[in-house]
Amino acid sequence: MKVKSALLMLVFTIATVLTGCEPLMVLDPKGPQAERQAHDIILSIGIMSFIVIVVFAILIYVLIKYRASKASPDYEPPHIEGNKWVELICVGIPIVIVTYFSIVSVQSNYIVEAKPQAYADKEPLIIYASSSDWKWHFSYPEENIETVNYLYIPTDRPIEFKLYSYGPITSFWIPQLGGQKYAMSDMTTTLHLAADEPGEMMGRNANFSGKGFAENMFNVTAMSQKDFDKWVKDVKKTAKPLTKEEFNKLLKPGHLGQMTFTGTHLGFNPPPEHHQMGAPGEKEGHSDDSHMEMNMDMSDHQDHN
Amino acid sequence: MDFFDRFAIPNPSIAIYASMVAIGLTVVAIIAGLTYFKKWGYLWREWLTTVDHKRIGIMYLISALIMLFRGGVDAIMLRAQLAVPDNKLLDPQHYNEVFSTHGVIMVMFMAMPFIFAFMNYVVPLQIGARDVAFPRLNALSFWLFFFGAMLFNISFVIGGSPDAGWTSYFPLAGNDLSPHVGTNYYMMAIQISGIGSLMTGINMITTIFKMRAPGMTLMKMPMFTWSVLVTNLIIVTVFPVITVALAMGTMDRLFGTHFFATTNGGMDMLWANLFWVWGHPEVYILILPAFGLYSEIISTFSGRNLYGYKSMVASMVIISALSCMVWAHHFFTMGQGALANSFFSITTMMIAVPTGVKIFNWLFTLWKGKIRFTVPMLYSLGFIPLFVIGGVTGVMLAMSAADYQYHNTMFLVAHFHNTIIPGVVFAMLAGLTYYWPKMFGFMLNERIGKWAFWLLSIGFCLAFFPMYITGLDGQARRMYTYSEATGYGPLNMLSFVGAGVMAISFALIVYNVYYSVRYSPRNIGADPWDARSLEWATHTPVPEYNFAIEPHVASSEAFWDAKKKGHELFPGKVEKIHMPNSSGVPFIMSAIFFVFGFSMIFSLWIPAIISLIGIFACMAHRSFENDHGRYISVKEIEETETKLRGVN
Repeated sequence: MKVKSALLMLVFTIATVLTGCEPLMVLDPKGPQAERQAHDIILSIGIMSFIVIVVFAILIYVLIKYRASKASPDYEPPHIEGNKWVELICVGIPIVIVTYFSIVSVQSNYIVEAKPQAYADKEPLIIYASSSDWKWHFSYPEENIETVNYLYIPTDRPIEFKLYSYGPITSFWIPQLGGQKYAMSDMTTTLHLAADEPGEMMGRNANFSGKGFAENMFNVTAMSQKDFDKWVKDVKKTAKPLTKEEFNKLLKPGHLGQMTFTGTHLGFNPPPEHHQMGAPGEKEGHSDDSHMEMNMDMSDHQDHN
Repeated sequence: MDFFDRFAIPNPSIAIYASMVAIGLTVVAIIAGLTYFKKWGYLWREWLTTVDHKRIGIMYLISALIMLFRGGVDAIMLRAQLAVPDNKLLDPQHYNEVFSTHGVIMVMFMAMPFIFAFMNYVVPLQIGARDVAFPRLNALSFWLFFFGAMLFNISFVIGGSPDAGWTSYFPLAGNDLSPHVGTNYYMMAIQISGIGSLMTGINMITTIFKMRAPGMTLMKMPMFTWSVLVTNLIIVTVFPVITVALAMGTMDRLFGTHFFATTNGGMDMLWANLFWVWGHPEVYILILPAFGLYSEIISTFSGRNLYGYKSMVASMVIISALSCMVWAHHFFTMGQGALANSFFSITTMMIAVPTGVKIFNWLFTLWKGKIRFTVPMLYSLGFIPLFVIGGVTGVMLAMSAADYQYHNTMFLVAHFHNTIIPGVVFAMLAGLTYYWPKMFGFMLNERIGKWAFWLLSIGFCLAFFPMYITGLDGQARRMYTYSEATGYGPLNMLSFVGAGVMAISFALIVYNVYYSVRYSPRNIGADPWDARSLEWATHTPVPEYNFAIEPHVASSEAFWDAKKKGHELFPGKVEKIHMPNSSGVPFIMSAIFFVFGFSMIFSLWIPAIISLIGIFACMAHRSFENDHGRYISVKEIEETETKLRGVN
């Protein structure tokens, strides 16, 4: 194992050096889920580099050894049908590698799809993250506050995101905390993340969603539970309440800066949770007026900020 | 809405107006040229109505090259826009349209006709047949493809191009979020050319099963023919899926159904599933014939038989089966749970095994060979290392937990270009150079060709390797711009430089055609590469009937055996040959399809109904037509043979 981790570190260092000084976002994890994913990535880069090097070496060797300019003019290449053992090796080695990767991949699937193990004993913070063209709304049901385009989270605690969309399919992604997941308007998906240390991070919609897609980003700030509680208290004191009218205005296509409200939209504009993946079929009618808002004229699309 | 408003471009710019003028002038120039040189009759008799598989192959080839140019211009625009941070060269809407058309054109209207070109031209020659099984259906396939491609391309100047990506995910591609006609173009144009592809699938399978030369059992077929057989089995399996999906999408957009809407019981991810049930096998439809071409070329220029013939065949069959079981890896991040992701993760990785077998077999074919570094061989040798990199990044992407970090990023873009460019595009350029003398009777210049190869390879590495890094650094795909603070600038500039080098390489290839037309010697014989399979056993140029006497085959390298071991390839004597008649109906029917598609796109119901009746009338005409083909007499054959032997 020592050798392996040394190798991983080596690849990691090379990857970092190649791109200048700053580490690549995905390979600079700040949470357990992203860490697992970075581990898988580095591991696969390592093993795959080995395969690439082997193929390159064989190729270069045969090209140098068997080039026509070197062979004698009367050399006639032999007729070789194939060799059972050689072919068995060519099948066997890839099978071994793929099997190993499969095991790792399945393990990781169950890890990233569950509450982070490191904080398994802690109660998760639930945040509803919904997208509308082209912004993100973050509702904290327990704290009863809501933000637009920025996300404050406590460190050292599992965060359970409930994702859905008021428009096209989007993908909620905070590279340094963990991989992305789709947000759709007819179902709610769940993403488990957690942050290990305080700091600022980039979050964005990764799935193409039309004209304003490139700017469809949000800021993420991780802070201690104490700071987080203080922030919640401040918000409750200073922010104005989120009304249905106000929220419908927010849904209009366009870009907004960061905003803060008390109360959430979950009461008057509930997420499509009854349509969870795998849940039995649901009758029509979950499209309330908020969806109709999406059909409004496209003239509003122009207001970039 | 005023009637004519619908034809206006929603997002006009100087570039589009300039293109309109350029397109108009080109059309006028072509019409004037044809009239001046009195070539209308020639064009109609020899090309538009032909059912000859070789001419249809050449028409596919020309169309593919034109579309390569169109898609390449799109690519340069994309890279130019992203070359520097906060660039204002293209606005977001324009950028979205350009990357959408780039994807559709490169996959549907460049790569597909390119492989059909080689299928059509080479397969009947390689199996010793006189034509494909259904020559007229073949012409219909081509013209449906051609008019589908033309329909897609006019979107650029009439009504606006699709802007929801080549995957066209709903609800983004629905009327609410993409109100202009662009996505209608997507639905109709791919539908029309897709019907053509499906027909080609049926045609090629029948040809290969029923029309092989005596003695050519399935396990004695050349590897390219095997790859075409497997490919067309995939085509027949999965193209109906996209046909149905496109029909449902068209109904959603034109008739207000809710298949893919998010209300009233519709389901947006249903489109994504249907699209990828076709879309993933589609990439194997592109790569398998490329594998076939590489097998032929590597074997020829190693001077050796293909190593591990049986495992090559087996691996292709396994790939084709697996290709239909991996589609959900395109949306691991949909939230389908760890179990489903694990299943699709494992099936996806399993594809690496047969693909690895093929790579090793090519390496062992080089082993003990006598390797000649010609241009087709250079492309094949460049393919191996570059494709291995694309392949291993594919395995990385297949690890679904890690894919949460790769998905929708430039890492993915780098991966699939890394498989498609060294995989498919290199194969097509290799095949182009390899079969050029058979098609046109002279060779392309080797020196210019080698320059083009090296520039293309270097340009490719410069353009796409940086994307792996920016992807891991969080650059999402399909963003029309990024801020300077992200730090993506320098690597994207490098990509732009690489794209420029690739453009120079393609320009060199065009120049090579011009140069070789003017200066290449014409007396090259029928077998300029010292090749091994049947297509090189007939004359250059290939006579209409391909082989005067039906070849008799005893191995997968019949022509090589004839050259080296004295195997008698053409026993028997010349007899009269039955050939199909030319027909204008496929062209006319496809042109009516074009009108139908155009009318549907703009909701012009009366012309749509009239043209639909026209399509059925063409089919009825065919049903009642009495056309038994014609015979070429022995005398005529012997005259042709003497003349061709004189040439060589």
